[in-house]
Amino acid sequence: MSDHARPGAGAVNEDKAAEEAQLRAVWANPTGWRYWTSVNNYQIGLWYGSAAFAFMLFAGLLALLVRAQLAVPENDLISPELYNQAFTLHGTVMMFLFAVPIFEAVAIFLLPPMLGAREMPFPRLGAFGFWSFFIGGVFVCGSIFFGAAPNSGWFMYPPLATSEQAGIGADIWLLGLSFIEVASIAAAVELIVGIMKCRAPGMRVNLMPLFAWYLLIVAGMILFAFPPLIAGDLLFEMQRMFDWPFFDPERGGDPLLWQHLFWIFGHPEVYIIFLPAIALLAMIIPTFSGRPIVGYSWIVLAAVGTGFLSFGLWVHHMFATGLPQISLAFFSAASEAVAIPTAVQIFVFIATMLAGRVIFSTPMLFAMGGIAIFIMGGLTGVMVALAPFDWQAHDTYFIVAHLHYVLIGGMLFPVFAGLYYYYPLIDGQRMSDRVGRLAFWLMFTGFNITFFPMHIAGLRGMPRRVYTYPADIGWDWLNLISTMGAVVLGIGMFAVVMDVTLHRRRQPRGEQNPWNAGTLEWLNEPEENWGVRSIPKVASRYPLWDQPTLAEDVRAGRGYLADAKEGRRETLVTSVLDAEPEQVLRVGGTSYVTIFCAATLGTVFVALTFKWWLVSLAAGIAFVGGVLYWLWTGTGEIPDRDEKDIGHGISLPLYASGVKSTGWWAMFITMTGDGTAFASLVFGYFFFWTIHTDFTGGQAGPGAFWPMAALALFALAWSVTLGAREINRQGSVLATRLLLVLGAVLAACGCAAALAGPWTSAMDPTAHVYPAIVWILVIWAAIHGAVGVLMQLYCLARSLAGRLTPRHDMELHNVALYWHFMLVTALVTFAVVGLFPEVL
Amino acid sequence: MWHLLPKEVESLWTLFTAPVVWAAHFLFCYLAAAVYCEKGFFGAGFDTLRLTIGLVTMAALAMIVLAAFLAWRQWGFGTGDPPHDDPSRRDRLLFQGYATLLLSGLSFVAVIFTALPALFLTGCLR
Repeated sequence: MSDHARPGAGAVNEDKAAEEAQLRAVWANPTGWRYWTSVNNYQIGLWYGSAAFAFMLFAGLLALLVRAQLAVPENDLISPELYNQAFTLHGTVMMFLFAVPIFEAVAIFLLPPMLGAREMPFPRLGAFGFWSFFIGGVFVCGSIFFGAAPNSGWFMYPPLATSEQAGIGADIWLLGLSFIEVASIAAAVELIVGIMKCRAPGMRVNLMPLFAWYLLIVAGMILFAFPPLIAGDLLFEMQRMFDWPFFDPERGGDPLLWQHLFWIFGHPEVYIIFLPAIALLAMIIPTFSGRPIVGYSWIVLAAVGTGFLSFGLWVHHMFATGLPQISLAFFSAASEAVAIPTAVQIFVFIATMLAGRVIFSTPMLFAMGGIAIFIMGGLTGVMVALAPFDWQAHDTYFIVAHLHYVLIGGMLFPVFAGLYYYYPLIDGQRMSDRVGRLAFWLMFTGFNITFFPMHIAGLRGMPRRVYTYPADIGWDWLNLISTMGAVVLGIGMFAVVMDVTLHRRRQPRGEQNPWNAGTLEWLNEPEENWGVRSIPKVASRYPLWDQPTLAEDVRAGRGYLADAKEGRRETLVTSVLDAEPEQVLRVGGTSYVTIFCAATLGTVFVALTFKWWLVSLAAGIAFVGGVLYWLWTGTGEIPDRDEKDIGHGISLPLYASGVKSTGWWAMFITMTGDGTAFASLVFGYFFFWTIHTDFTGGQAGPGAFWPMAALALFALAWSVTLGAREINRQGSVLATRLLLVLGAVLAACGCAAALAGPWTSAMDPTAHVYPAIVWILVIWAAIHGAVGVLMQLYCLARSLAGRLTPRHDMELHNVALYWHFMLVTALVTFAVVGLFPEVL
Repeated sequence: MWHLLPKEVESLWTLFTAPVVWAAHFLFCYLAAAVYCEKGFFGAGFDTLRLTIGLVTMAALAMIVLAAFLAWRQWGFGTGDPPHDDPSRRDRLLFQGYATLLLSGLSFVAVIFTALPALFLTGCLR
């Protein structure tokens, strides 16, 4: 690439200037209020991050309110009801509206420049995710101003949360957060495809920035962790809305099922929060140690190992529920085992610092402070992972102290380190060092003064979530110290907020790479929207350190895909392992459709909360219409020609279908998450089977006939869809269309047959948990069947409109993939509801 | 020519073999104990459960050792030292082999951790 300074360079320069102007125009944002229709990763990341930070500050104020109430014994500063809402919302907002979204924000903001890509593969999906998150977040947070916030603690245990006392707050929690979980799954799709398929050429898996490795693992974890909660939310909301007794022991239900589903999500979530924060440290520490990370492979080991082991920990939140001790012991063992990969990461960081020459900058201060706090939380974690100790400490302030040490040390401090480190990417200036150091020491001391005494208060028996306490039992001075510490911590955070909001006007434009970092994001062009001016060829883990001409070459447009002659936003797709160029991907540009879809889907959830069925239905139809419009106009476009020259003698296809297309991967990933939610419902079915001698409770089942008929119809619909894909490839367009119609008819009949089972045996879902869980499984399958019909008809319409041809058949491949998952869903559902009771 | 073991697997997924074995083993132990303690198993005693878990553990460890061997081979039996950061297909393969080997080690230890309760506990204890 470094073939510059040739004869005739003047003409080349002029060409390059014109090329640059056009590229800038293609990627430019609209101005005025239409600015908010941007889908560019740079804006979306910034909005996402700012919103998450704002929610964090709000939840921080709620925490101060809680601390104020607990400052002195017998206090009645706020009412018990407001107190309940305040601590519930504090936990909920910190976990769901700050800790998880902030990493999605950072990832969307950082990954394209870090991987040397122009944009994430699905920018509109990213924008949709942001708007969903924002609308859901405002809805959940706003509820407290109407005295309607959730009040049963952030994990919403039934029977308290299914009772009348819980009020509408519980619905707001369930529906608002379900909506936000949609955003998380959208982010997971975006991140996995982005990291696997959109890296710069040459960035093989052994050269990937560690941040990308971590995010890949975390996105995978989201697919297996969030869906169980979505399934749990579904069951929970069915009980609250329609009195289906999933968690009601009187009718065969069991509150413990909620605890299982919540913590199958909740424990991995801790690592979903922790790993991206550690990922930031894995970028910061090498920079300030002035050397590559020591033990790159060990970090990969730790990330993957933690990702897996974290799924074997969930029952350690349930040690006090009376499960058999042999079960507790398995989870206790896994909880101890996860300390191994966690410690590996910390030793890698220490080794890197020992091997380099450390500069103790502000980001490093926050990083080191975070690690110190986290280690302390990790050690108490090892303690509470032991069931006998946990029985003593369960639901006391010891746990409150432990979880704040883990989350603030493992997440908040690293995020602040990241803020100070990456701020120059936002507007080219560093944040103030003086304020940063002051803020760090205030936060660090304030944090320890707040939370260390809680260990002692907990060991003295103070239960968490208690509204107030008597004066003479030795808790009062501990609580007073905690409250004073919280104020100091708050002042420290306030200093950072001031720094972010006020400092920018005072400082001149700084250097491009102020910390002399080695990774690609420090090409740093905050005034440009194009990700990278041209896409480099990467040959090192730290390209800016090891490839001296790279920065200049990229900026001079001497990399790949330097132009946008056709006026389209384009980025490169490369192979998974060796990042060899495969395709030029045209990504979606600025659009209203993302906001429309998020707003209509948000309306569905909000209307359901208030039981406005018709509004909800209308919004649902509008949402489906919006998605169809989005797909029809924005995806699967047949390009004007087959290939595009990306420079350096390489021509790449503009269209891909099947395994090679990013859409296929997105479908695969989405359906993996969907499959996990389905598996959680099946888990529920067998959970009820294990806890009862006769889990049908004497109720009639759906019989074997209708379930088997439904299975046969869905299997036929599946084979016809696959047939349509093959026939289309061979060029028989008419036969393809006929097969698609046949498939849709078969699938529609399958849906009807599925529902006919429990319908004809008059199963009453409110009578007992058995009919309820059968109905849920069958409805799940039928809705998926209906979506399958919609997809088949969509392909038919595309074919009729000439947008799906024998050579351009991306939609059919994706729909066939959907039907593979649908077949598995049908097989499991109907075998379970139809055959399982028969063999008992 | 036919090989007992595949010569070279060019896939990202081999990295996850050992942790997947851990997950399957963990799930088996949890589900077997949960179902046994709630429903029993055709009148079998608790030692049958322990023995079954022991056998499954042996099988899981054997699979992890196999994955580790394949990884060790992919890593060239340790002939090249990390960091494996050359921009070449060879170093990419070595890196994958090395990372997989490390993960096999962790999974091996984690499987033993998980199985220990069955070694020490003599009943469901609730």
